[in-house]
Amino acid sequence: MKNHLHLALTTAALLAVTASLAPAANLLNVSYDPTREFYTEFNQAFARHWKEKTGQDVSFNQSHGGSSKQARAVIDGLEADIVTLALAADVNAIAKAGLLPADWQQRLPANSAPYQSTLAFLVRKGNPKNIKDWDDLVRPGVEVITPNPKTSGVARWNFLAAWGWALDHFKGDEAATQDFIKKLYANVPVLDAGARGASTTFTERQIGDVLINWENELLLAVKEQGDAYEIVTPSLSILAEPTVAVVDTNVDKKKTREVATAYLEYLYSDEGQNLAGKHFYRPSNPEVLAKFKAQYPDLKLFTIDEVFGGWDPATKKFFEDGAIFDQIYLQ
Amino acid sequence: MSEIMTKKRRRARRHVLPGFGLSMGITVTYLTLLVLIPLSAIFIRSSGMGWGEFWAAVTGRQVVASYKITFGISFLAATANAFFGFIVAWILTRYRFPGRRFFDALVDLPFALPTAVAGIALTSLYARNGWLGQFFHPLGIETAYSQVGIFIALTFIGLPFVVRTLQPVLEDLDTEVEEAGASLGAGRARVFGQIIFPALLPAILTGFALAFARAIGEYGSIIFISGNIPLRTEITPLVIVKFLENYQIAQATAVASVMLVASFLLLFVINLLQRWAEKQS
Repeated sequence: MKNHLHLALTTAALLAVTASLAPAANLLNVSYDPTREFYTEFNQAFARHWKEKTGQDVSFNQSHGGSSKQARAVIDGLEADIVTLALAADVNAIAKAGLLPADWQQRLPANSAPYQSTLAFLVRKGNPKNIKDWDDLVRPGVEVITPNPKTSGVARWNFLAAWGWALDHFKGDEAATQDFIKKLYANVPVLDAGARGASTTFTERQIGDVLINWENELLLAVKEQGDAYEIVTPSLSILAEPTVAVVDTNVDKKKTREVATAYLEYLYSDEGQNLAGKHFYRPSNPEVLAKFKAQYPDLKLFTIDEVFGGWDPATKKFFEDGAIFDQIYLQ
Repeated sequence: MSEIMTKKRRRARRHVLPGFGLSMGITVTYLTLLVLIPLSAIFIRSSGMGWGEFWAAVTGRQVVASYKITFGISFLAATANAFFGFIVAWILTRYRFPGRRFFDALVDLPFALPTAVAGIALTSLYARNGWLGQFFHPLGIETAYSQVGIFIALTFIGLPFVVRTLQPVLEDLDTEVEEAGASLGAGRARVFGQIIFPALLPAILTGFALAFARAIGEYGSIIFISGNIPLRTEITPLVIVKFLENYQIAQATAVASVMLVASFLLLFVINLLQRWAEKQS
């Protein structure tokens, strides 16, 4: 009798263990470069939250790299449950390949951008070239470091931010704006392939007077090497919206839709928003953003939709083969 | 009668070395799987475009500028390697000196080093604040982030090809022939010009061709050191990557197929030259 009870208890315990083990989920989040630290921390937070809520364990695989390279990997068959990329254009490319619906950006609040950022300048300590705003970047003798917009997501934001400022400055004169952009890129001695490469050129090789990069990357750089650099915030910049999406085809195949969707929704929760702020992103929730006010200087921000009508027209106009970015080198 | 003789001879010739059928089969299969199928995939993917589109993709001004940079600097780097690689190979085979084994092993390093590592190391050496770059910068010579930088990196990765091709030939070269020449009254220059150099020429050409071909395809180290400025320091492999990053796969493969054909033709010509040089000696 005692033996029987023992057996029954063991079986029950075993069943309980397997019951809690069996449905453990694994999510692959395919992201771009500078989100590494943020998602490492966010994944732990979400795993705790999900375990409390549903009892299910969830583990993560993270993949980081250049944003459009990552998008191409997903198109070519990398089974990402979630993509968290630098620009909506890259998620659009995945949508065009048929892995998620075309209206993906409407599925989550704030254009599917739970955290935002903008672009700012990093200069050497004391700002020896006295760089204050975008027009200082085209002065003769100023060297600007920004990566190649053809190969780097942040470089496209850089280009568009400069264009937007110039368009505003020249009161909508496109020819003057293009001339300004041409002068700016004539001051770029090195077009690195990616954002980290550009940071290395500026900090390790000591080349250039100003580096244009993600605000979150610059805040991190100053936090780590604050005695060598300082941040200059221009008067006007672009609101960069790194976008997130569930990859429908993959989550249906892997039966992870529920947890993957909850993962992205949790980015908008108080905990997710606070973590984004901690890692120098601008939370999309204005209340949480207000808490981090000291971290982000006030500047006017415009969105890509307002000035360029979205990514598709912007890509066509500026970055395709033979478009404006190519033209400024050929003229 | 004579017919029977030739038949017999033919059969005999076929059977001198056994296993021709098997090894030929393996060779064909192996080369097909490893080289031919991936390469033909390039042509198939670009064949979807019309001629006009193909032509536009491969003759854009930036693309043409990149051909000049890639093929031009690769040629210069391979030439420099043919010259200096010869000296290195000569020293390593003809003389015995302390540290010879060490230098000999050093030659292989560019083979083994990941090219990105080579690129980063060379860039930090030749950048304005680098150990070597700091001496050139005040003279107005930019070493990293210029065509000079591309040349340096391509020379670095190409060196072992020349040295390793020349070494065995130099070792086999009969010194008695040189001694005979000298004893018959030939000066040192003449011994070199008429005995040593002709014997080595085919190997030098092979080494040159290998270094050249390797340089044309190089990407990893160049993107770090070149600066990647369109028209000035942009290599063709980067143009291909740029097309890929913009989801223009057909254009990328179009440019890739041009590189492929050009490389093949160049290697073919060098092969002919080599044959000719072999016959001369």
